[in-house]
Amino acid sequence: MDMNAPFFKFGLFGDDVSLIVAFIIGIGFGFFLERAGFGSARKLCAQFYFTDLAVFKVMFTAIITAMVGLFWLSWAGLVDLSLVFVSPTYLIPQTVGGLILGAGFVIGGYCPGTSCVAAATGKLDGFVYLGGIIVGIFVFGEVFPLLSGFYESTAMGQVTIPQYFGIPYGLVVFLVVLMAIGGFAGGSWVEKKFAAKAKEAQS
Amino acid sequence: MAASEKAVVLDEVRAQSKARAAREAQPYWNPYVAGLGLGLVLLAAFVVMGRGLGASGAFSSLVAATVQTVVPAHAASNSFYAEYLGDGTKSPLKDWLVFEVLGAIAGGFISGILAGRVKKGVEKGPRISVGGRFGFAFVGGIIMGFGAKLARGCTSGQALTGGALLGLGSWAFMLAVFGGAYALAYFIRRQWT
Repeated sequence: MDMNAPFFKFGLFGDDVSLIVAFIIGIGFGFFLERAGFGSARKLCAQFYFTDLAVFKVMFTAIITAMVGLFWLSWAGLVDLSLVFVSPTYLIPQTVGGLILGAGFVIGGYCPGTSCVAAATGKLDGFVYLGGIIVGIFVFGEVFPLLSGFYESTAMGQVTIPQYFGIPYGLVVFLVVLMAIGGFAGGSWVEKKFAAKAKEAQS
Repeated sequence: MAASEKAVVLDEVRAQSKARAAREAQPYWNPYVAGLGLGLVLLAAFVVMGRGLGASGAFSSLVAATVQTVVPAHAASNSFYAEYLGDGTKSPLKDWLVFEVLGAIAGGFISGILAGRVKKGVEKGPRISVGGRFGFAFVGGIIMGFGAKLARGCTSGQALTGGALLGLGSWAFMLAVFGGAYALAYFIRRQWT
């Protein structure tokens, strides 16, 4: 079989069709977020009090599914991995941005994708949160001229963990799967401990 | 249709929606099953489009388009907005992530309706008022929007997509997100527990 994926990059359809594809993929995205319970800020934030680690479990199941799937499809010669867009690394601003975003997550209760699902299922705090995101992006845009130096700092290009550390791609995939499975087992144990503790504290 | 007939139909619709609301909401899916579904959607995005999922980028397009409509010169002179505005040959809202997020809203609604979970409400712990919760939601949203732009993406674009693609910056980002949230969780526990 000839390699012709990613389909869009091989010109199998154009920009207008890509927007329809975006909508359909979005439906799947929102559907599974809601199924997981991620339209609920209480469910999401329980992650940070160790009583329900669904955020970690769902996220890492999704990561290893897509990662292993892409690795196999690329290994079988069906997908050209070099045509899948990897976000370039800007190590320090991304780490600082991550810390800020983590704070916004536990304070506000959602992340951008999950707040859309919350609003779609009638959660009023989801709507308020979406308003906050828009203000936050506007503030960032307005101060951007002052921040652009930091924003562009520690630019490392489209680098992956296997490339940076010089480890074979397949080995990193394997190690991430092992780590995730270890995390799932450890997470379920931690969950039970903390859920019992929270119950005790209530009674 | 006669007015009385209309009223009967309306009553019926009202009764149906009441019955739906009264019906017990279904439990959430097992996290591994939901995660597998989410992972397959992400994989489909890689295979079909050559890119992953996202969310915050759609809101950046919305903000940039709004600024452009209100003060065009200001938007053009700012390189952050300019990146989302493109060359002016098409609307900045005719964007992949904008359509994907519209789909996500539809998908969330479909899933919620099918599971009896679409219901007006506020997500909060028992120890905080609704007004207090709205305050935290708004402030948290602002912090999230700012952080997501500094990091060049949010939980979906960086953590999920970049995580599956093994991007170096995305993994640093992901660890930082959990670090930031856990570091702060204790101080705002009254909101959630």
